[in-house]
Amino acid sequence: MNFDHLRATYFEESAELLESAYEQLAALAEGRADAETVHALFRAIHSVKGGGGAFGFDRLVALAHVMETLLDLLRDGALEFNAGLITLLLRGTDLLADMLSAERAGEVLPEGEEAELAAALAQAAAVSAGTAHAPVAVGQVAAETVSGWLIRFRPHPAMFRNANEPLLLVRELRRLGAVSAVADLSGLPALSQLEPEDAYVAWSFTLEGPVPRAKVEEVFEFVIDDCDLAIEPIAADDAASDVDADVSIEGPQVAVAAAVPPGAMSRSEAPVVQSVRVDVGKVDRLVNLVGELVINQAMLVQLGSQLPPDLCPGLIGGLETLSQHLRELQEGVMAIRTQPVRSVFARMPRLVRELSAQLGKEVRLVITGEATEIDKTVVEQLADPLIHLLRNALDHGIEPPDVREAAGKPRQGTVHLSAEQRSSRIVIEISDDGRGIDRSRVLTRARERGLIAPDAVLSDAETDELIFLPSFSTAATVSAVSGRGVGMDVVRRNINALGGRIAVESRFGSGSRFLLSLPLTLAVMDGLVVTVGAEALILPISAIVESLRPPAADIHALPGRGAVLSIRGGYVPLLPLHERLGIPGAVNDPARAIVVIVETDHVGRLGLVVDDLVGQQQVVVKSLETNYGPIDGIGGATILGNGRVALIMDIPGLAAGASATSPAPQAAPQSAAALH
Amino acid sequence: MEVLETTQPAPAAVGAVTAPATSPVRQFITCTLADAEYGIDIMAVREIKGWAETTALPHAPSWIRGVINLRGIIVPIVDLRDRFGQGTTTPTPMHVVVIIQTGARTAGLMVDAVSDIIAISPGDIRPVPEMGVEAPENLLAGLVPLDRGMVALVSLDQLLNFPADVAIAASQLPNA
Repeated sequence: MNFDHLRATYFEESAELLESAYEQLAALAEGRADAETVHALFRAIHSVKGGGGAFGFDRLVALAHVMETLLDLLRDGALEFNAGLITLLLRGTDLLADMLSAERAGEVLPEGEEAELAAALAQAAAVSAGTAHAPVAVGQVAAETVSGWLIRFRPHPAMFRNANEPLLLVRELRRLGAVSAVADLSGLPALSQLEPEDAYVAWSFTLEGPVPRAKVEEVFEFVIDDCDLAIEPIAADDAASDVDADVSIEGPQVAVAAAVPPGAMSRSEAPVVQSVRVDVGKVDRLVNLVGELVINQAMLVQLGSQLPPDLCPGLIGGLETLSQHLRELQEGVMAIRTQPVRSVFARMPRLVRELSAQLGKEVRLVITGEATEIDKTVVEQLADPLIHLLRNALDHGIEPPDVREAAGKPRQGTVHLSAEQRSSRIVIEISDDGRGIDRSRVLTRARERGLIAPDAVLSDAETDELIFLPSFSTAATVSAVSGRGVGMDVVRRNINALGGRIAVESRFGSGSRFLLSLPLTLAVMDGLVVTVGAEALILPISAIVESLRPPAADIHALPGRGAVLSIRGGYVPLLPLHERLGIPGAVNDPARAIVVIVETDHVGRLGLVVDDLVGQQQVVVKSLETNYGPIDGIGGATILGNGRVALIMDIPGLAAGASATSPAPQAAPQSAAALH
Repeated sequence: MEVLETTQPAPAAVGAVTAPATSPVRQFITCTLADAEYGIDIMAVREIKGWAETTALPHAPSWIRGVINLRGIIVPIVDLRDRFGQGTTTPTPMHVVVIIQTGARTAGLMVDAVSDIIAISPGDIRPVPEMGVEAPENLLAGLVPLDRGMVALVSLDQLLNFPADVAIAASQLPNA
C-alpha cells in the first residue's frame, strides 16, 4: 500500500463517484429525483473533495467546495433545483473530471473557466442565502429554534474494519458545540465471545447549541452506511430532561433505536450495493485457469472415448456431468469480467452537451439499456467508436434548429443510444432523426474517387456501405468536430478488431441508424476446427456463412488473380489457406477440397479452401503475442483436446492479406454487394 | 588471529587467478549441438523437457519450429542449431527443449542434449572476436575456455528478440 497505489485507487474511485454524480444530475434534470438523489450527489462531490485534499489537489478542492456549499443549500431545501443550477453543477462536474484526469496524467490543467464557474456557483449559493431563506425558516422551524441535538449513534459491528473511528466523530462534533456523551454498553458480549475488531458500544450524544442539522449530518457522512443513526432536535426547554429520560432507559437501548421515527432513520437505509473491488489480474488468472480446465476436460473426454463403452460406464457419465459443471463455472467466471456499458455510455451526455453548444444545434441524447453487461475489454475499446459515431450524428446528421423547423421537424434533434443483449452478442444502436445519408452526394464522391465505376448502379444499402471504405473521405464536410482525418473505415476496423460488425440504415431526410453487434467476451469463442495438411486450424463461427464441396465445373481460374467459385449466380474469390499460410501437404485441387465461405465487413465474401472439417467447439483464445509476436492473418491460438496448439484465423486479416498480394477483385461494389 | 591470517590468503590467491573477489560467480547450463557446447544462464532456465511435436507458425523463419502448449501458455520453440545457421535439426524423442524466460517472454530452445552445470567467474569470460560480415547477429555473449574445450555463452536477449519484425519481414518473402 504505497502512496502511488493510494493515488491510483483515489482516481479510480473518483471516476466512479463522478459517474454517479452525472447519473444523479441526469435524474434531477429529468425530474425523477427523490430524497436520496441530492444526498448521493452531495456525498459524491464531498468524497472527491476529501480525497483530493489528502493529495493536495487544491484547485479541485476549491471547486468541489463551492459545489458542495451549493448542494448543501439544495439538500436543506433552502434552494430549489432549476435547469440553470443543474447546468452549473454539470459544468462543475465536467471540470472536476478534467482536473482529475489532468492530475492523473501529471499535467497542469490550464486555468480557464474555473474562476468564473466558481463565482457563478458561489453567487447561486449567495442568492439563496438572501432570498430563499424565508422558506427554510418556515419549513424547519424546529431546526432554527432547537437548542441542541440528541444523536443516537449505534455502529454496525463491521464499522472499525472500514477504518472508521468514533473518537474522531466526537471530536468533530465538539467543534460544533458542547457535547456530552453517554455510552451504551448493553451490546457488549462476554469477554470470551468478544471479537476484537467488532464495534459493540453505542453512544447517545447531546450537542448543545443552535447548529443546523446539515452540519451534524456532515459529521456522520462517512459512517452513515456503517451505523444506525438518529438525530433528533432538543427543544429549548426540555433539553436536559430529554437526555436524562433516555439515559434512564439504558437497558433496552436497542428498542429505542428501533422506535426512532422512520424519517430519521431513512438515511441509513440507503441501498447497499454488495460488491467487491477485485484486481483484474486476479480475475484473468481465474479465467485462464478455467480455460485450462476446459482443455483438460476435453482431453479426458477424448481419452474416455477410447475406452470400451462397457468398461466403466460411470466414468463416461461422470465426465459428462463434469462438462456441464465446467460450462457453468466458465460462464460464471466470465460474468465477473463483464461490466455494464454504463461506464462508457456515461461519458456521452457530456460530449453531446459540449458539441451541440459548439455546433449551435439543439440535441437531446436518450440513453437506454446502459445496464447491459459486456466484457470489460470490449467496454474499454468501445469508447472511441461510439464517440466518433456520436460526433458524426451531431455534426452531419442533426440539422441546425432553423433547418429542422423548415423541414417540419421539432427544433430539438434526438439521438438515441441504446444497448441490448441478443443471445451471445450485444447490439448497440446509435440513431438520429437528422437528415440521413445523402446518397446522391455519396455516389458522386465515390465516382470522383474512382471507388466505383462511373456507370455502376448501386442499391441504397450498397451506397450506404460506401461510407465505410477507407478512401471515402468526407473532405467536403470537414469541420473541427468530425473531420479529423478519422473516417468511418477506422470505426469499422476498430469494431472488427473486437470481433464485431457495424451496419448502417438510413432514410434520407429522416435519419440514420448505426448498428454495432459485438461478442459478449473475447476470451472464449465458438470455432470450427478444420484441417489443412497436417495442421488443425480454427475458423471463428461468427464469420462463417456456409461450407461446401464445390463441383469442379463451378471453379473458374482467373488469370493472375487466383480462382473464383460460382455460387448461386455470383462469384466468390477463393483463398487456399495452405498457400496463404505456407502449409505443406495440403489438398491442392479446390474441387477435392472443402470451401468454407466466410464474410467480413471489409472485403465481403471469401471462400477459404481447406482439406476437411473436423467439428465445432468452444475454444479458449490464447495470445501468441505474449511470447512471440503478431502474425498476419492469425488472431491467436488455442489448445485442442489432444494438447496440441491450433491457430485461430483472423478472417479480416486473411482477406486483407489476400487482396494485397493479388489485385483486389473489383473491390468496392463487389464487396458491398456481397454484404447483402 | 594466526589461523585467520594463514588461511585467508589462500582463497584470495584463487580469486586473483579467476576473477576479482567482488564479482559474483554465475552458473550456466551447458548443452550440446553436435560437438559444440553452449552455455545458458541458469537464472533464465525454467525447466527442461523432452521434445514434443510443435504447431508450425506461418511466415516464421525456419529456426522457429512452431509453438507448443506449456501448461496453457503458448510458447515458441527455437531450433538453436538452425538459429546458428548450422542446418535444421531432425527431431527425435531424444532431443531436449530448454524452457527459458527473459523479461516477460518465455521460449523453448531445442538442443541435442543438456550436459552439465558450470560455475564461471566473469573474469573467465572472453569476448567473442569479430568474425566479419558473415557472422549472424550477436547471438553469443562470450566464450569460456574449459579444460575439455570451449563453451559459447548464448545471448538470450538477442536470441528472443524475434518477433514482430522478423515475422513481418519473413511474410514479405515469396513463399517457398
